[in-house]
Amino acid sequence: MYRIRFHGRGGQGMKTASRVLGTAFFQEAFQVQDAPRYGAERRGAPIFAYVRASRTAINERGVINHPDLVAIADDSLISAPAAGVLQGIGPRTVMLINSHESPETWQHRLNLDNTILIVPAEDAVTDRADLPFAGMVCAGAAARLVGVIGREALATAIREELHTHGSGLVDRNIETALHTYDLMQDHANAVTEGTEISAKSYASPQWIELPLENAGSAAPSIHAAATSTLLKTGLWRTMRPVIDYDHCSHCWWVCSTFCPDSAIRVNEEGVPEIDYDHCKGCLICVAKCPPHAIEAIPENAAKAREEKAHATKTPDR
Amino acid sequence: MQPKLLTGNAAAAWGARLARVDYVPAFPITPQTEIIETLGRWIEGGQMPGRMVTLESEHSMITAAGAAAATGVRVFTATSSQGLLYGMEMIYTVAGWRAPFVLINVSRGLASPITLEPDHNDVLAARDSGFLQIHCATCQEVLDSVIMAYRIAEDPRVRLPIIVNLDGFYLSFTREPVEIPEPKSVADFLPAYDPESTRFRASSPNSQAVAVLGGAPYSYFRYESHLASLNALDVHAEVAGAFAQQFGRHYEAVEAYRCEDAEIVFLMIGSFATKAKAAVDRLRDAGEPVGLVRPRLLRPLPAKELAQILAGKQAVAVIDQNISVGMGGMLHAELASALYGKANAPPILTSFIGGLGGRDISPEEFYEIAAITRKAAQSGVIPPARLLYTQEEYREVQKLQAIAHAERHEMGAE
Repeated sequence: MYRIRFHGRGGQGMKTASRVLGTAFFQEAFQVQDAPRYGAERRGAPIFAYVRASRTAINERGVINHPDLVAIADDSLISAPAAGVLQGIGPRTVMLINSHESPETWQHRLNLDNTILIVPAEDAVTDRADLPFAGMVCAGAAARLVGVIGREALATAIREELHTHGSGLVDRNIETALHTYDLMQDHANAVTEGTEISAKSYASPQWIELPLENAGSAAPSIHAAATSTLLKTGLWRTMRPVIDYDHCSHCWWVCSTFCPDSAIRVNEEGVPEIDYDHCKGCLICVAKCPPHAIEAIPENAAKAREEKAHATKTPDR
Repeated sequence: MQPKLLTGNAAAAWGARLARVDYVPAFPITPQTEIIETLGRWIEGGQMPGRMVTLESEHSMITAAGAAAATGVRVFTATSSQGLLYGMEMIYTVAGWRAPFVLINVSRGLASPITLEPDHNDVLAARDSGFLQIHCATCQEVLDSVIMAYRIAEDPRVRLPIIVNLDGFYLSFTREPVEIPEPKSVADFLPAYDPESTRFRASSPNSQAVAVLGGAPYSYFRYESHLASLNALDVHAEVAGAFAQQFGRHYEAVEAYRCEDAEIVFLMIGSFATKAKAAVDRLRDAGEPVGLVRPRLLRPLPAKELAQILAGKQAVAVIDQNISVGMGGMLHAELASALYGKANAPPILTSFIGGLGGRDISPEEFYEIAAITRKAAQSGVIPPARLLYTQEEYREVQKLQAIAHAERHEMGAE
């Protein structure tokens, strides 16, 4: 059985990558199981997805603990323990990294002798969740590395998985995937099927008898106050509400009252201010503002506008 | 028909679509949401007739489901975990109405602490309600079970609502090859619902009340539900036979895998049972005569089938993905009651609690369970029930506790 894990960030297409590879295996008459594993369901958060493929029915389930291939769309995750990228890596696990750096650098940094293959990363982008086609790059390479998926099966899989999108986007994805598929030509078959854990000789699980402990520490309660202010949920936002103060009627209550996150505060002059660290971009304020003085603009555009304003500002002397 | 890769949630939605349901009261909850999103899209896009109504809670959703079923239409709904518990008052109430419909439960552990991942304490909380329960192990089984469930629930010999259970994540978000039957074949297998004596009809207003009853009539109605539920054992067998004839896939009330010559048997429900199946294959490779028993029907409990399959076995290892706090594994207790005093019943039942809150069970752990159970069979000494929990996992929890302790200290507490 092939066992493959994809690691990336929400927005980089890890679920799609696993589905493309799964469908490509399926095209080649394999039995397949693929699934994403979500934690925090939002853009930018670490997520992973996995694929099992076998010539016979698959009874194994759940997260893959002994991967044959780990494909990493975003190399900034490797050093984040919470992302679990290195989980269960054995000597024969192949690592595929979307990175600017060389295999040797990664081998040295991780102190691993494993086969490490690099797909050259795109130029840096501001929003990591926007790494273009990161998932497709990994899916295309992975398809070649297992050595049992043809170009046509890969293209068909992409068409099938992206059929709700326009043909232009589908073609660009196919082109991207086939490009990395071809890049990996010299490494076709680098990833081989793992074996099953034998019931004859296996490492016994290190079970323990769970002791009874004091309820003071054994109850799952959180005591620290106001921890939610530490969590910048503004990072979730893709659209930003912006108040046009020339049109704001200073009603003093509508937007701030309807904001479900209490992220709009009215100051002493009766002027509403949005707390962008915590505004999630639900845009209820935009819908509710009586004089329509709140506009929604894409977060990227808002950031660009901010940077421009910052750059053109004459420095004080 | 060519199989397609479908998630368990998509398979559930396909089941409802092919069953030609009339009414879908809905309320979203992770990991169930994809089911109602899919049905919503189909109904809106005209690929599926029927009416979806979003309610303001699961309590209302289950009330609406029962009420609509009492008008004689075919009803489908779905929930999970806290949602099922929030609707629990109505779970018992609508079961008493004897109006059949299908409720999907996507298993997820219960708070507190809170989790999104599966165990069976949610669906087992509805165990004694009067709803029948089918527990699925694969995405194909989810689709097929929804279709079968309507025929069983609507059968005049049963007429009870039914829960079809699938595990969150392990099935809900996992794609597997699934054969989607032809609508025509499903229509042949599952004709339109004939509500017979249910009284409500459109445009002819009527009222149905439930009287406040003393013990004797109350007992009568509750016990009638129990008898109807037991009747579902034979009805399930009939329906499974017809299903196999139509679609070529056969589902027993209890799946027995490599059991004929097995000396030791694992007993599990749900999708984790397929992991046990893989472990059985490896144990067989190693020369160990081990099998797996998976009750698919849990209500009614196929006690006779279980006793028959397990007769003459040396020992059964029951792996419960639930915990009755203060007692232990529920299936272990249910199996003990099903086997007690039966001729040739296995003398040894071992009890393991595993997979709470989606905690994985590794192949090595299945091998170890088999080894411990074999030892118990040889010595005749039954080991105490065990939580599958490793030193490493305990260390991780202790780390979290240390952080919590330090933070509390910093905040000036203690």
